[in-house]
Amino acid sequence: MAAVQETIDQVRLIDVDQYRYGFETLIESELAPKGLSEDIVRYISAKKNEPEWMLEWRLEAYRRWLTMEEPTWARVDYPKIDFQDLHYYSAPKKKSIASLDEIDPEILKTYEKLGIPLREVAMLEGVEPQPGDVDPNRRKIAVDAVFDSVSVATTFQAELKKAGVIFMPISEAIREHPELVKQYLGTVVPTSDNFYATLNSAVFSDGSFVYIPPGVKCPMELSTYFRINERNTGQFERTLIIADKGAYVSYLEGCTAPQRDENQLHAAVVELVTLDDAEIKYSTVQNWYPGNSEGKGGIYNFVTKRGDCRGNNSKISWTQVETGSAITWKYPSCILRGDNSRGEFYSIAISNGYQQVDSGTKMIHLGNNTTSRIISKGIAAGKSQNTYRGLVTAHRKAKNARNFTACDSLLIGDQCGAHTVPYIEAKNSSALFEHEATTSKISEDVLFYCVQRGLSQEEAVGLVVNGFVKDVLQQLPMEFAVEAQKLISISLEGSVG
Amino acid sequence: MPALLEVKNLQVRVEEREILHGLTLTVNAGEVHAIMGPNGSGKSTLSHVIAGKPGYEVTGGEILFKGEDLLEMEADERAAKGVFLAFQYPVEIPGVATMTFLRTALNAQRKARGESEFSTPDFLKKVREVAASLNIPQDMLRRGVNVGFSGGEKKRNEVLQMALFQPSLCILDEMDSGLDIDALRIASEGVNALRSSERAMVVITHYQRLLNYIVPDHVHVMSKGRVVKTGGKELALELEASGYAQYEDVAA
Ligand SMILES: Nc1ncnc2c1ncn2[C@@H]1O[C@H](COP(=O)(O)OP(=O)(O)O)[C@@H](O)[C@H]1O
Ligand SMILES: [Mg+2]
Repeated sequence: MAAVQETIDQVRLIDVDQYRYGFETLIESELAPKGLSEDIVRYISAKKNEPEWMLEWRLEAYRRWLTMEEPTWARVDYPKIDFQDLHYYSAPKKKSIASLDEIDPEILKTYEKLGIPLREVAMLEGVEPQPGDVDPNRRKIAVDAVFDSVSVATTFQAELKKAGVIFMPISEAIREHPELVKQYLGTVVPTSDNFYATLNSAVFSDGSFVYIPPGVKCPMELSTYFRINERNTGQFERTLIIADKGAYVSYLEGCTAPQRDENQLHAAVVELVTLDDAEIKYSTVQNWYPGNSEGKGGIYNFVTKRGDCRGNNSKISWTQVETGSAITWKYPSCILRGDNSRGEFYSIAISNGYQQVDSGTKMIHLGNNTTSRIISKGIAAGKSQNTYRGLVTAHRKAKNARNFTACDSLLIGDQCGAHTVPYIEAKNSSALFEHEATTSKISEDVLFYCVQRGLSQEEAVGLVVNGFVKDVLQQLPMEFAVEAQKLISISLEGSVG
Repeated sequence: MPALLEVKNLQVRVEEREILHGLTLTVNAGEVHAIMGPNGSGKSTLSHVIAGKPGYEVTGGEILFKGEDLLEMEADERAAKGVFLAFQYPVEIPGVATMTFLRTALNAQRKARGESEFSTPDFLKKVREVAASLNIPQDMLRRGVNVGFSGGEKKRNEVLQMALFQPSLCILDEMDSGLDIDALRIASEGVNALRSSERAMVVITHYQRLLNYIVPDHVHVMSKGRVVKTGGKELALELEASGYAQYEDVAA
């Protein structure tokens, strides 16, 4: 008993001390005045040199938002957010960057500290296999770096262009590829979708845009790295990824924020579209600042992520490792519209301290012979609350829908909570939905077995938890899996290393 | 040179109830001791306290290991110093490959002793060698620790770890439970191969059968939290014939 108690106590203390990304970058920023109004929406649109149609789109969302109320159904509890007390736009002062050399060196340093290489040269040196060195796990990754409200750099543009892949800040895509943006933006998550998505539609400032043309397998992994730096600023990024017929792309998303006493709002929207025979694999390691050991500060993370398997035989797979944020409200979902389409959701959600996680997925089976798979691993420690919320539904006309869901929760200590809220509705009698759920406490006997073999108590917890989440870790691209494994140990172990 | 293990007048409580009432036991390097006794006599409790399992309160006495105060050490420290407990019911650790577990544990022990970590090829070579001698297929090493292992496989996995870590004190708690004759023979051969003049074994068992395979130098009979009789290997045979009833009376 004593040893486990000790671990629990240690785990409880860690978040503040262990958050490695909590530093602040001192640069001059251009800030919109606090508050939200039509003028602010116009201001953001003007800053981005947007065409008239985009401004109209935003204004319509804004007017809609004014009529909406914050949702309260999630198992999360936080003081009311004053939406007039936030800045809706913040950009590093230096602008119109022609090359990496013109980026503020402080920003470059920030990404270096975070381990995100923005310099392609360095990246190539580190990643290009040496002659005779056959390591298939070392691949190139193109990075779009978003700092507060703007994208500061996108690497490997030339090489991607050669393959016909468009990978650029969405603000640029609105100007350079308006036909594509108009065709797809808001078609998966409509402007009226929910309170936060509507807010995002009105004020989003940047994010990534990806288009993979028919038949193209994207030659490298794409990734966006989000960093909130400015104080009292909301971050509202928007990502739109389209895989045209027969295309494939693997996309990674990472995020961190400085350690601050006040809470910060992050409300992103991600839309994915796959046409016939296309596949998108979307992986996230979410590590926003979780707040300190007393529950002070941390990011409020209200995110709408949805993929539309619009074409037949298409596939969308979400993998997420959620370790950060004070509050997480996030349900990456799949609309299985095309016949034989497939949706997957693999999730590891770790909560510690006073973190509150309400996350899960929706699998909406519309086409015939659609399949989906949900593997969710929740780990709750400290005084945290960790909820899986899921919906699996088959439309009246969707023949032979198949779903398999497994939700496992692991509790560390007795002051945390794990909850599973699955909704299942099959309106077509040929649907076959399977659901399994387990909740267990980390076992003292298992920990003692490990310690008897020489592992410290902390190493034992790390090992057991990593074993618990292995099915999901395996779904991550190799580089991310290693990072995620470390992150899991750090989120739970305390002072190891 | 001090004895390898000296348990002196050990008193142990679990949840306010005294389980061991002043137990004394001395084990020298090179010796094999058997501890026999009826269920509930405190055999597993003794092994757990020596290994440092949390939840036991030592209210009196001491345990010295190579002359050092064992009770002052954390359980992982005791492991690194050479205390090994082969569990009666080895636990399953899903998602952690046996090979990964073995390497993590071995390197943790080596690190604690200030030794360098094993290189991967050396480690693999060593594991494969030992595994082969215990009839452990490679496939088992890739599976989660003890996940889906039969009773015999679990016990062989314990002996595998013993052989890898080369501890100076091996405590085997009811190694024979749940094993058929063939499995018992293989596991016992593994244990016998580890007998050496630098190492001692404490073999805990309810039945004499195991001691036909692992022949002890000394046999102790435990009853109600005390050692009530000590003798040579013939004591085990006597017990087999007469049962534990007489000792339960002695302790009462
Ligand atoms: N965790 C525990 N809580 C309460 N009583 C215990 C606990 N562990 C052991 N005991 C008691 O201690 C006594 C000795 O148990 P044990 O050491 O397992 O004996 P043996 O291994 O010889 O069968 C038994 O009466 C048992 O019920
Ligand atoms: Mg026992």
